[in-house]
Amino acid sequence: MNYESVIGLEVHAELSTNTKIYCSCKNEFGLDVNTSCCPVCMGMPGTLPVLNKKVVEYAIKAGLALNCDITRASKQDRKNYFYPDLPKAYQISQFDLPLCTNGYLDIDVGGEKKRIGITRIHIEEDAGKLIHSVMGDESYVDFNRCGVPLIEIVSEPDLRSAEEARVYLETLKSVLQYIEVSDCKMEEGSLRCDINVSLRPEGSDKFGTRSEMKNVSTFSGTQRAIEYEIGRQTEILSNGGVIEQETRRWDDGKGENVLLRSKEEAHDYRYFPEPDLVPMIISEEWIEEIRKEIPEMPDKKKARYTGELGLGDYEAGIIVGNKSMARFFDRCIELGGDAKQTANWLQGDIMKYVKDNDISFDDVPFTPESLNELSKITSDGTISITAAKKVLARMFETNDSPAKIVDELGLAQISDTSAIEAMVNGVLEANPQSFEDYKNGKTRALGFLVGMVMKESKGKGNPQIINKMILDKLEAYKNS
Amino acid sequence: MSVTKEELRHIASLSRLKLTDEELDALNIEAVIEFARELSEVDTGDESPTNHISDIHNVFREDEVKPSFDRDDILKNAPAKARGCVLVPKVVE
Repeated sequence: MNYESVIGLEVHAELSTNTKIYCSCKNEFGLDVNTSCCPVCMGMPGTLPVLNKKVVEYAIKAGLALNCDITRASKQDRKNYFYPDLPKAYQISQFDLPLCTNGYLDIDVGGEKKRIGITRIHIEEDAGKLIHSVMGDESYVDFNRCGVPLIEIVSEPDLRSAEEARVYLETLKSVLQYIEVSDCKMEEGSLRCDINVSLRPEGSDKFGTRSEMKNVSTFSGTQRAIEYEIGRQTEILSNGGVIEQETRRWDDGKGENVLLRSKEEAHDYRYFPEPDLVPMIISEEWIEEIRKEIPEMPDKKKARYTGELGLGDYEAGIIVGNKSMARFFDRCIELGGDAKQTANWLQGDIMKYVKDNDISFDDVPFTPESLNELSKITSDGTISITAAKKVLARMFETNDSPAKIVDELGLAQISDTSAIEAMVNGVLEANPQSFEDYKNGKTRALGFLVGMVMKESKGKGNPQIINKMILDKLEAYKNS
Repeated sequence: MSVTKEELRHIASLSRLKLTDEELDALNIEAVIEFARELSEVDTGDESPTNHISDIHNVFREDEVKPSFDRDDILKNAPAKARGCVLVPKVVE
């Protein structure tokens, strides 16, 4: 029997606020252990949390960008469980009144559009970090991350393959980055994902029993983890077995998952309304204020690039996929740059330099103005394409303008027609046979002569001008 | 509705309570549940659920960093510590 896989993702994104969710400690990755802690985030008895307004704003912003309904009367709840990285022994989260519900995200899987439902988005606090001793039987707890604000984005079980899940995750990441609520660095754990997978016979509309997989922390890991789980469940079902509802842990190094807890051991979180925090009432005015801050979303941007600006689907996709590059590109166009040329530079030589040198696009040292200047002097024939590539390479190393670099490296093309004419005449005189060859239909003679003049000009002659000048002279002889 | 001893044991373990068989037998949990049932029988009419006892809402803090505690101070209450961390028995889930 063939099975269809049904996949839903729960994505946790750390919000890029300055401070934690319930106290004024700094929210920053990579600080020395336990240096961004206070009695509130350490869960000391008698302390009281005060909600960071930005957290609510960021969650609503994410909700609007993901086409959600915003809950007008919302609240926070306690989720109770014991674990050493959670000093209060409860996590403040949201249970039945999440800030955002009922949204969707459109994804593009191999050219095919698909709409993935978003069940809910809620706010909650992150837990601390456990560092396990390798030899001993103790663990070290660092509470810097404890109280860092998170949004949890729960999708509908609308995904049907590992690839769809990966594309969904990548698209979601670019949305969150575009609206600047999370930096979504999976390697720093600021984007994490739990995966629900179940199988059902093809054609069935009932859901099978699902397993939940935790600890997936890379995009490629997401795809591998799902492929593994689909394989595991298919094998059980094919052998007449039954899928147990259980939580499994993905081990990316080994490429397999292991049982974490069975249904019987499932936690009962005993949620109840958080008595230390008052309800949130979200006004229409507040929502509209936040809506105004939402920039053009990646899918709309891509449609504008391929439509209005005439870019190809592939290059538009590459530029939109990198928020910094898209911002750079938009600025170039605003300043009057040519879309096609700018796109070629960005996704070609510039992206190659960024990749080869393992830097981020934000580290590109020159301005959109400079790139426009480079495009301009290339298209007006001041320098050749080959020379332009040399200028670009220098632009990564110095702050000099393209014009100055052209001067320094002596790359300007000779477009002065009298100088070119002298060279053309010299070459033609040295090769009289070419006139006869051309007249007799050997058009290759033209290319040969252009090459000779280019050589004469040490590569600086403008090939278009040279080409036209020689062609005119050959045609004149042929018709004489 | 009756609660089995097994369920009671599970609930106790979730709350990290170690109860002996005698203690479990002695717990009159049925009476507690009966009391809650009585509450649920009260007709509350159109009253909306009370999520918070006060009438206030939207108490927020601006997103401004304030100094955290000195690490030595914040760790003073920890029963065990090492290398700037709180030390706990190894727990790997």
